[in-house]
Amino acid sequence: MGTERNVLLKYLLFSAAVLVAPIFFSGGYLLNVLVFVGINTMLALALNLLLGYAGQISLGQAAFFGLGSYISGVATANYGMNPWTALVLAAVVVGVIAFTIGFPILKLKGHYLAMSTLGFGIIIYILFNETIDLTGGPSGLSGIPYFSVGEFQFDSDLKNYFLIWGFALLMILFSVNLVNSRIGRALRAIHDSEVAARVMGVNARLLKVQIFALSAVFSSIAGSLYAHTMTFISPASFGFNFSVELLTMVVIGGLGTVYGSFLGAALLTLLPEFLRTLQDYDIVFYGLLLVLMTMFMPGGLVRIPSLVLPFLAKFKVRRQGNA
Amino acid sequence: MLRVEKITQVFGGVTALRDVSFSVAKGEIKGVIGPNGAGKTTLFNIISGIYRQTSGDVFLAEKKITQFTPERLARRGMVRTFQNVELFGNMTVLENVMIGLHTKSRSGILSSALKFPTAIREERRIRQKALECLEFAGITEHAEETADNLPFGKCRLLEIARAMALEPAIILLDEPAAGLNARETADLGQLIERIRATGVTVVLVEHDMELVMDICDSILVLNLGEKLAEGTPLEIQENQKVITAYLGEG
Amino acid sequence: MSEQLLQYLLSGLSTGAIYSLIGIGFAIIYNSTGIINFAQGEFFMLGGMSTYYFLSVAHLPLPVAMLLAVLLTTAVGVLFERLAIRPLRNASPLILVIITIGGSILIRGIAMLIWGKDTHSIPMFTGNEPLTIGGATILPQHLWIFGITLLIIIINRFYFYNTVSGKAMRACSHNRRAASLVGIDVKRMVLFAFAISSAMGSVAGIISAPLTMTSYDVGIMLGLKGFCAAIIGGMSSGIATVFGGLLLGVLEAFGAGLISSGYKDAIAFIILLLILFIRPQGLFKKAETERV
Repeated sequence: MGTERNVLLKYLLFSAAVLVAPIFFSGGYLLNVLVFVGINTMLALALNLLLGYAGQISLGQAAFFGLGSYISGVATANYGMNPWTALVLAAVVVGVIAFTIGFPILKLKGHYLAMSTLGFGIIIYILFNETIDLTGGPSGLSGIPYFSVGEFQFDSDLKNYFLIWGFALLMILFSVNLVNSRIGRALRAIHDSEVAARVMGVNARLLKVQIFALSAVFSSIAGSLYAHTMTFISPASFGFNFSVELLTMVVIGGLGTVYGSFLGAALLTLLPEFLRTLQDYDIVFYGLLLVLMTMFMPGGLVRIPSLVLPFLAKFKVRRQGNA
Repeated sequence: MLRVEKITQVFGGVTALRDVSFSVAKGEIKGVIGPNGAGKTTLFNIISGIYRQTSGDVFLAEKKITQFTPERLARRGMVRTFQNVELFGNMTVLENVMIGLHTKSRSGILSSALKFPTAIREERRIRQKALECLEFAGITEHAEETADNLPFGKCRLLEIARAMALEPAIILLDEPAAGLNARETADLGQLIERIRATGVTVVLVEHDMELVMDICDSILVLNLGEKLAEGTPLEIQENQKVITAYLGEG
Repeated sequence: MSEQLLQYLLSGLSTGAIYSLIGIGFAIIYNSTGIINFAQGEFFMLGGMSTYYFLSVAHLPLPVAMLLAVLLTTAVGVLFERLAIRPLRNASPLILVIITIGGSILIRGIAMLIWGKDTHSIPMFTGNEPLTIGGATILPQHLWIFGITLLIIIINRFYFYNTVSGKAMRACSHNRRAASLVGIDVKRMVLFAFAISSAMGSVAGIISAPLTMTSYDVGIMLGLKGFCAAIIGGMSSGIATVFGGLLLGVLEAFGAGLISSGYKDAIAFIILLLILFIRPQGLFKKAETERV
């Protein structure tokens, strides 16, 4: 099949673009922004696997992101653990938590699922704020160490850029393969008709929980990376608003597309930087974007080429016809 | 092959089925007929694990399968189609059938995402087998179309092709001829005969009497949630109770 | 000690009454459309904030300000239904969840644009001289809350059981298709549902604003608490949700008083998760036939 080659080609092109990007932004604060694009790409991708492919909404993604950050942060800053070990520990713990709560949560559907994940997210957010001895509460947790390999420390934007995008590219490859496989197909089947998928022998309950846990693990890894590149974290980054922001990224970029997650993450991370004048009013902008995109472009930004290209082609044909 | 014992289903005080028992022999085509509201679809939903019955048992190949989940039944070789056609609308025709091969493959999240050689081989095998199933149902030329774009008649065929991909021991067809024209119905009849020829047991709920009388070996008649009669098409056609039930309704 | 407990009980009941009103708003929309309207809390916010605006900026008398606030909120609710919900009537639940979330952010954002990020308060309806009941003190405003909530519940009950359009609405909630077949204009009922629940949300926002202050972002939390009340009540648009709200309010008050005020908000969400996991049909309803 030629499509398999296209998938690989697209991935290689994307990776190449990621690798050369710093040349154009080196030294500028924009590189720092691109580090955040990387983190948000991982988070949006994690949510997209769950929402765009399996069709299961989660409004508690920020909680998994936060748990990853805090487990990493607390284990390293308070207990002197190695950041890499902390990252793995956090991913395992978060994975187990998600897998456990996944069974009762994913029994729910649609609106109820949205509300229960939201409730879970808020409970975790309250925990971050209230367990002051451990997390420093609302004023945050500082003194989190950078990642390091031997003497080499990931302490600059450029180093962190490659670190974070390295992880992001791995996750993208993992996801591209996954969605184009037997499992990805089963997920989309659950999305379209859960009952038919089950009749075909797809263990929908288990698969949904597994993908929920995978999504949580991705978010946790992104959280650990975030904690060790920022070296300071506070609960405000992991609230309900951030869960909604992630949802917006996924919807805007394109539900059920791997690269759409990147597009959405990039747009929502970069735009506020360019529109400094928006300040706090970016929330109006998100709301508007979310409503307009759902109503008029449910496929997301990633579908624009497939909408525009045929139109251009038609236009070209007509011009040639006239000539 | 399939044995149903004293199934009763009560929905909030309304008895949809009362003490229905019957059995289906291996390799048989069994028709289930009855006026609207007789409980045919409810019966199917119970057998296929979608509803939980109030009481009664179901056996598949002498093994009790009462209240098994649909996915567990699929692994035991029971599959069904739906009255309103439940396709995976956003997937291609080929992919729909490939889902039918889910139970025949094993790659999990890790081996799929990391592209283990076993997963790659398995994927190739699934695709090959799915194409064969499309050919069996005669819809190969639609393989790459999105299921939502198929004409209705082809949707029915696709749903059957998808079900056959499971290599089931028994297939339950819920009104497969509903919405089909005479020609399509005739084709469907042939397809069902071909399914039986592969050794698969068929149970179908159907309103199209001509089709039922034509292809069924034995027929179960339900009326108002109770078993009214059971026998060969000829016996059923001459059964006074059945005639009254149908005429009384019409 | 017992006076302290009575105090918790009374303040819990008054918060609970507010939750009930918001919860019923959720239930009314859910029953007529199958949608959980995430923007429900914003109606609460709009009630309080616009009363503040009409009162303190436009210098209108309190009753007029309140009336205008209810009208404004209702108009927003109706507009929201018309512009966002109706065009997507046949969309999947997923899309509907997203659109109501988008709507709620938008309403909240516009409120922030217009009224800023400050916290505002409106004066008590009738003085702030505390009354003593059995050793516990309550404010006249608490009595207003109880009275108005009770009144709304009675009107609500009357509407649903004694008027043609209320009965039609109940028919819609039982079976939308059947209702449309007997000639009920389901679209109009949906519009009514949004109008009624936005009006109720705004009233809740107005009567509680003198006690709890108001700002552009109060709607998120209150909306969620109201939803929790409705879940406890099994999405009933009647008395069960009122009980749900009161129960939640009282539990929170005792939790905050006896355990820790920091975890107060967590109580609602733990209850919410437990109910959704264990008794998704609510505390008071019997389970329906199980469909696997």
